Amino acid sequence: MTEILVSEMSFEEAMSELEEVIGQLERGNVPLEDSIKLYERGAELKKRCEKKLMDAEEKVQKITLDKDGNSTGAVTEIERK
Amino acid sequence: MKLIDEDDKSRNVPEYGVSEISASIKSLIEGEFSRVRVRGEIGRVFTARSGHLYYDIKDEKSVLAAVTFKGQVSGLAIVPEEGLEVTATGKVTSFGSQSKYQLIVDDLKVAGIGALMAMLEKRKETLQKEGFFNEENKKRIPYIPNLIGVITSPQGAVLSDILHRLRDRFPRNVVVWPVTVQGEKCAVEVSKAIRGFNAIPVSKRGYRPDVLIIARGGGSIEDLWGFNEEVVVKEVANSSIPIISAIGHETDTTLIDYAADIRAPTPSAAAEIVVPVRVNLLAELRSLEARLINVIAKVHEVKAERLTYLFRFLNRPEELLASPSDKLQSISLRMPKALNYAIQAKRLNSESIMAGLRSNLLKNVMTIAQNLFDDHFQSIRRLIGSQVKLKRSTFDGIGVRLSNQKLKKNLESAEEKLEALNKKLSFLTNIELQEKSKRLQYKSQLLNNLSYRTTLERGYSVVWIDEKIISSKFNIKKEKDMVIEFKDGKYLL
Repeated sequence: MTEILVSEMSFEEAMSELEEVIGQLERGNVPLEDSIKLYERGAELKKRCEKKLMDAEEKVQKITLDKDGNSTGAVTEIERK
Repeated sequence: MKLIDEDDKSRNVPEYGVSEISASIKSLIEGEFSRVRVRGEIGRVFTARSGHLYYDIKDEKSVLAAVTFKGQVSGLAIVPEEGLEVTATGKVTSFGSQSKYQLIVDDLKVAGIGALMAMLEKRKETLQKEGFFNEENKKRIPYIPNLIGVITSPQGAVLSDILHRLRDRFPRNVVVWPVTVQGEKCAVEVSKAIRGFNAIPVSKRGYRPDVLIIARGGGSIEDLWGFNEEVVVKEVANSSIPIISAIGHETDTTLIDYAADIRAPTPSAAAEIVVPVRVNLLAELRSLEARLINVIAKVHEVKAERLTYLFRFLNRPEELLASPSDKLQSISLRMPKALNYAIQAKRLNSESIMAGLRSNLLKNVMTIAQNLFDDHFQSIRRLIGSQVKLKRSTFDGIGVRLSNQKLKKNLESAEEKLEALNKKLSFLTNIELQEKSKRLQYKSQLLNNLSYRTTLERGYSVVWIDEKIISSKFNIKKEKDMVIEFKDGKYLL
């Protein structure tokens, strides 16, 4: 398995690995040193999930079209009511 | 029979030239059928390179040729499709040059709702067969999209419904591609929008949506018809960006619903599908966080407990050693026996080795011992020899000092002494002897008087068993010999 950097992970990836990490710890039989490593991994994953959740922009833009209905590449902000 | 038609006044049938009559017919037809509505089923359809659309409208017996010129095509409510029951409106014209007539259609409509539904069903089947609705081509909607593309009318309530719902659940960036959602332009514009979004390169992060919503509010089947058009359906199916279709109300189904990756019953529902509820996720994350903290605390608690437990053992080494100590004891008990076995085994082993060694080794050892012994014997002999010599010379010295006369003198006086002592002894012995013998005589007289024998003299007897005197009848043992002693001897009974 190729390691994905936590900072590159999608929310679902981070979330599912976080659950896995917790599951592993909860099952027990983890040597002390590994448990610390797992905990650190879990904390990092949690932070990633948090960041994804906190990042909640709501900009609304409209594509500007030419007379043939193709995009001009420009956008205009739409005022929200 | 006349072969030549001559100008004959007797006949009143006028004569036409071909073009003449064609023109005549043309004007007659076009005058009579300048605006007609024809109902029939579409037969073959052919689009000429010029852009004109040629098709047949037929019933069971007849076929009517129909054409819609390039400039009129976009004005048709529906695109002619074989098998479709339609009402075509237009005028009939004739081609004099070919002796043909045709209906120039400027308005084409489906002949009733039943026919429209039948056509829709047929179109659906065809598209299905062509694989545009295949489940395996459906793409996964991202769990939390970064940018949501919405293809809809910028004016309607639909867009604001979607935006509101997004704000409630999980605010996201939205980019809108404005389209006409009704009428003939709808299908073309929606297709362009899908193509346009897909044309934004993936590298342009933040500009290319990672999910599309095609939305429209409710309406009649005709209002929604644009979303049944083949061109849109195919574009939806071919989009590399996943698409959620959200056309009309829950009961309205259009063909793009089948081609889309997810069909949302309403535009608001599309917003619910496209993003999760942020607060729920936050709560879930919090609970995971709590679990993580709990479990790590627990893990460490368990380890700490174990440490304490082990530490207690360290304080009491005897407990720690209890089991090894038991083992040691049992081993120690088994040890001597095992040792014996081992020794026996070794002995056997060594005997077999010795057997090989004995003759040679022993010989060597013997030789060495012999040599040693000889050496010692020699030196001892020498030593003894010298000792003897020494003693002898001492002895000789003493011997010289001892003279015969002195010895004789000593001997004579000793003999005299001895004789005197002898005399004295015999004298004393005699006196002693006489005295002792007198006392013996006296004692033996006394003993005699006191002895049972004097009683026997008087006529009594003694009974013996096993050399014991029987003094009671209870002591008599029948099986034993009884002896009676009288004054003159013993009698065995």
